[in-house]
Amino acid sequence: MAERYSSFEVGGRRWLWQRITAAFLVVVLAFHFFLLHFVNHADEVTFAMSQARMQELTYFSLMILFLLTATFHGVNGVYNALINQGLTGTRKTAAKVVLSVASLVVIVQGVRTALAWAGGVPL
Amino acid sequence: MSQYYNRGLIEDFGRWREFSAGMWAWVFHKFTGWVLVGYLFTHIAVLSTALQSPDAYTTTIQSLESLLLVRILEVGLLSVAVFHILNGLRLLFIDLGVGLESQDKSFYASLILTGAIAVASVPTFLAGVFG
Ligand code: HEM
Ligand code: HEM
Repeated sequence: MAERYSSFEVGGRRWLWQRITAAFLVVVLAFHFFLLHFVNHADEVTFAMSQARMQELTYFSLMILFLLTATFHGVNGVYNALINQGLTGTRKTAAKVVLSVASLVVIVQGVRTALAWAGGVPL
Repeated sequence: MSQYYNRGLIEDFGRWREFSAGMWAWVFHKFTGWVLVGYLFTHIAVLSTALQSPDAYTTTIQSLESLLLVRILEVGLLSVAVFHILNGLRLLFIDLGVGLESQDKSFYASLILTGAIAVASVPTFLAGVFG
């Protein structure tokens, strides 16, 4: 049994980061669901309520961090899954470019939205 | 050193009838991971209506949440997320060498717990939609 069963490249750091972001996401994602479904209800969300939350620096930075880690974890997960399917060469580079651009778009859009709620960085 | 079971090639989905617990866990973890990234992109797209105007945001969210279909999809999303979290924790522990020998039991535990949490959340998630 010499095959190596892993979706990641040998010696890569992606494996570790996938796990570090996962450990962080456990807490934030659970908090997110709890806050927006049980404390507040999803159908009662209004701009004013999002604004009130996002104007708190702690909440604002938590959401930005959530956005960054979730995007990294999700996109990195997809990328590693593609490598695992045996993607190499040009196709691998293409996947990398497409996924990087997609991540960039979500992050930029997410940050702009966060700023729109908070009306600027809430310092 | 890393330890592993010889389970044959899992990429061979045609063999699904022979899959063991750990192999199902792998398939479910993939599936739920992909659903979550898909949701993240959609989520940001919906939320970014806040860039147009406060009203556009409020109206978009409230009209989406008034649809029974959206509420049902949200219960689905919760189940998917809970499974990915619980199974993800299971993977993190296994990677640390904790519980490798009982990895099938912890997979069943993740499944049962996910089911229980999903069922328990139904009343909250559907609240008000029939009103
Ligand atoms: C909430 C806590 C979370 C935990 C504990 C967690 C844990 C993990 C772990 C350990 C892996 C690696 C599996 C492997 O190496 O084979 C993984 C993969 C993945 N995760 Fe997560 N995750 C979490 C949240 C998320 C979120 C929020 C997203 C989406 C934005 C996501 C998307 C993915 C994807 C796409 C993969 C790759 C699946 C594949 O192999 O095809 N995860 N997760
Ligand atoms: C159905 C369940 C969900 C609901 C009702 C929901 C609702 C919301 C709302 C209303 C906001 C705006 C901030 C606020 O008002 O406090 C927000 C932000 C956010 N949500 Fe969710 N969410 C859900 C699930 C998720 C999931 C599963 C993820 C991860 C994949 C996620 C990732 C995010 C991120 C990253 C932000 C920050 C966006 C930004 O800063 O632009 N949410 N969510």
